[in-house]
Amino acid sequence: MKTVHFTINGETYRREVAEHKTLLHFLREDLGYTGTKEGCGAGECGACTIILNGKAVNSCLVLAAEADGSVIETIEGEASGNTLTEIQQAFDRNHAVQCGFCTAGMVMTVKDLFRRNAHPTRPEVIEGIEGNFCRCTGYEQIIEAVLDAAEHGAAEEISARDAGTTKEVSDA
Amino acid sequence: MLETVPASNLTSVGHKTRRVDSIEKLTGEATYVSDMVLPGMLYARVKTSPHARARIVSIDTSKAEAMVGVRAVITGHDIGYKLGLYVVDKDILARNEVRHFGEGVAAVAADTLEIAQKAIEAIHVEYEELEPVLHPKDAVKDDAPLVHPDLESYSYMEAAFTPRPGTNIANHTKLRKGDVEKGFAESEWIVEREYTNPSVQHVPMETHVAIVQWGKNDQVHIWSSAQSPYTLRNLFAVAFELPHRNIRVEVPYVGGGFGGKAGIGIEPLVALLSQAAKGRPVKLTATREEEFSLLPCRSQLTYQIRTGISKDGKIQAQEMTMYWDSGAYADYAVNVTRASGYSAGGPYEIPNATVDAYTIYTNKPFGTAYRGFGHVEFFWGLERHMDLVAQAIGMDPLEFRLKNTLKPGATTLTGEKITEHTGNITACLEKAAEMVDYGSVTEAEKAKAAAQGKKIGKAVVGLHKAPAMPPFTATTVILKMNEDATVTANLTLTDYGQGTYTAVAQMIAERLRMPMDRVKVAFESDTDRDPYDWQTVASKGLLLSGNAAILAADDLIATAYEDAAQVLRAHTRDLDHDADGIFLRHHPEHVVSWKQLAIGYAYPNGNGIGGPLVGVGRYIAQGLTHLNKETGEGSPALDWTYGAHGMIVAVDPDTGEYDVLKVASVFDAGRVINPDAFRGQAIGGMIQGLGTATVEGYIYDKKGHLLNPSFTDNKIPTAKDIPMEIEVFGVETPQVDGPFGARGIAEHSMISVAAALGNAIQHATGAEVTHMPLRSEDVWRALNRKDAVDNWITKSPLGSCKSAPELQKYTCD
Repeated sequence: MKTVHFTINGETYRREVAEHKTLLHFLREDLGYTGTKEGCGAGECGACTIILNGKAVNSCLVLAAEADGSVIETIEGEASGNTLTEIQQAFDRNHAVQCGFCTAGMVMTVKDLFRRNAHPTRPEVIEGIEGNFCRCTGYEQIIEAVLDAAEHGAAEEISARDAGTTKEVSDA
Repeated sequence: MLETVPASNLTSVGHKTRRVDSIEKLTGEATYVSDMVLPGMLYARVKTSPHARARIVSIDTSKAEAMVGVRAVITGHDIGYKLGLYVVDKDILARNEVRHFGEGVAAVAADTLEIAQKAIEAIHVEYEELEPVLHPKDAVKDDAPLVHPDLESYSYMEAAFTPRPGTNIANHTKLRKGDVEKGFAESEWIVEREYTNPSVQHVPMETHVAIVQWGKNDQVHIWSSAQSPYTLRNLFAVAFELPHRNIRVEVPYVGGGFGGKAGIGIEPLVALLSQAAKGRPVKLTATREEEFSLLPCRSQLTYQIRTGISKDGKIQAQEMTMYWDSGAYADYAVNVTRASGYSAGGPYEIPNATVDAYTIYTNKPFGTAYRGFGHVEFFWGLERHMDLVAQAIGMDPLEFRLKNTLKPGATTLTGEKITEHTGNITACLEKAAEMVDYGSVTEAEKAKAAAQGKKIGKAVVGLHKAPAMPPFTATTVILKMNEDATVTANLTLTDYGQGTYTAVAQMIAERLRMPMDRVKVAFESDTDRDPYDWQTVASKGLLLSGNAAILAADDLIATAYEDAAQVLRAHTRDLDHDADGIFLRHHPEHVVSWKQLAIGYAYPNGNGIGGPLVGVGRYIAQGLTHLNKETGEGSPALDWTYGAHGMIVAVDPDTGEYDVLKVASVFDAGRVINPDAFRGQAIGGMIQGLGTATVEGYIYDKKGHLLNPSFTDNKIPTAKDIPMEIEVFGVETPQVDGPFGARGIAEHSMISVAAALGNAIQHATGAEVTHMPLRSEDVWRALNRKDAVDNWITKSPLGSCKSAPELQKYTCD
């Protein structure tokens, strides 16, 4: 067992974790962050995508122990109160959700994309979400939702929130 | 029902509206069974067979049983029950003999998943390997080993199926219409071809998962990622000879199904583990690899079609023979065979026809329902065949199709009469053709293709399907008004992404004349609390549950009118209602609000009348019959949904590489209830169809080992694989008994996509492909007139020995 520290969605955690436990299983089983899903456990499908120190990763391929000290963003940290983020609202408007099992990973991937590219073209959106499988939608309405989210200022919203978050952390 | 309501009078139905389940899914709050943990819960793992066919000589579980934290170990020898919906042929764990690679032979429940995994590794199974039978055509030979020597003793649904004990034939579906000999004699041309496709995997993003607690006094509580809570409960009760009331099935959010979670699955195994573990709850989550071989797949099909055509291009006669490879268990495949049998001719009029469809046991992972229920598989052959026939007789393939479509007055293969209300296949084909500019290649398309050294091909294909279900299939919806005049609907049709709950909410809102935000359709289903529904399969949910929802709303309204009539001192015939309340039609200021009526009306002095408002809607399919087992005659179809796809491809004639430039999909939906959900089903199914058309499929070695049970080796489409342009259109020929005229379309979008691709590739390059999927190398082989043999049982993991003999010296033993 190893003692690990994390900041997850702005909250701090200190836990004991087995050295071989994946970050995905740590989040889901030890902390109850079940919004992040497991689709294959082999880094192929992207359902378990979270943001680790500002980068989207497959959490099934990262050990909790090796991520010690990191800042993590999961789907549970996206909406605040009853207000969905622009990405979530655009997914809702565009029927970009069917069974919902890939949705959390897809939303986190898109958030990561917007941090790197505030106004992606359609090919850039496709490139950006290529690592996330969706068996239901055929991707089209997801692509439309991402383009729609960009138009509604999703990237700007993320920047503004990031600025706020940074301040909070430095104050702490 | 209500098919005459003009669109302009509708406020919810037919309008864009958000999904009722999107917020909880977008925020991670929706809880799936895979997310659930119960107090005292144990974790299960399954020991699976490494052989396709072997005798189990012995199983030594002693080491596993001695491990700390192991609470139960079971093997097939401990279990005397068989499972099945249509044919009761499947052991819960293999007994005496394993019949396919990946079949469960033992299972463990332990305190943690890690201990369970170590325990199954500690179980030693001694096998005596036997020669497997892998190809359905080998399986029907006289000297083939029998996969089920005891077939004669199995119970099955006698009204629908015909097993042949002493053979590997689990079912023979027969259909005879007119006089085919006469039809062929009167034909100018006869074209005969064979088409094949391999098994594929559904790939729901959430693998199969169940938690079961077998409590004291045989009270069994099941939480499952199942499509069909009530059929699961029924099959469980029958298998274990328990009263239905003892069994409670709860289904929360489900991460995709596509047919693979219909019927019953891993729940009985998990239940037995719970029983062996003294009633503690046990959870089994299938790994992705187990999803491919422990759990069922889609059947492989070999389809032979012989068609006679008159001088003027009309189909005179057609002989259709289907060899359905059910794999080791045929429970569901027999019904895929039956449903495909009566649909086998497609949306075309065939005066003289025979169908012989066989369900054949082999030693491979078993087949089950998959979106389209056989139609994706046989329409690959049928719609390729229509093009090859047209080519043989020198007619344009679209013209040939339009000449032969089912039109009002025509009869289907089973003798049903087509009317002007049945749906319009001709309109679907014509619209799809228009959407892809069929018959011409635009300058822009030419330029795009020439720049890449590619050639343009276009195709238009048709499709149809009716729900495959018992003729008396039924459902119920219960509607309850809350204190604030919002309403909550309960049903056990499961919405695992299709959007049916949103459509049901729209219909209820429409009937109650309330805005959508006053209607909740409760997501989690519970057989102890929610009313009956047969199964969530077959694209029947919208029609049957939609009708039940309308009837439930009408029932609630009728009850409310009786209460309101007393309050308003009026006759119910003079009442009308809106979102706020019930009023006298000719004195609308005399009104009693829904809120006043919701839980019973109270007079100022405290007297009460009525009571909580509840509506019950029950609906059963009307006028359907079993089919005659010799001729196939009868009425199997709740509704026929017709559709068409148009496709444009650009193909490199040197390499066989291709791009799909555009797909246009058209369905006669009767009435589009929710335009965005309609489009989502149309595109999602089309891409799933394109996945199976381009790349997906099970590859076995000669011993029946599955070689590609993972996303590494069995690709599914990603965002990069979708066509450059996608267009969807709904034709609306109202269904007389459809809710607001609607029909289901969720399976149909997947049907005929592969054939559209094959036809377009042939039109571009002349490559004559008859096996799917169409990988670039398959197109290249067809272009170079190299034998396209069965690719799907191979000597090497490279997958190309048999199809590419010139490579054998490098890759094969």
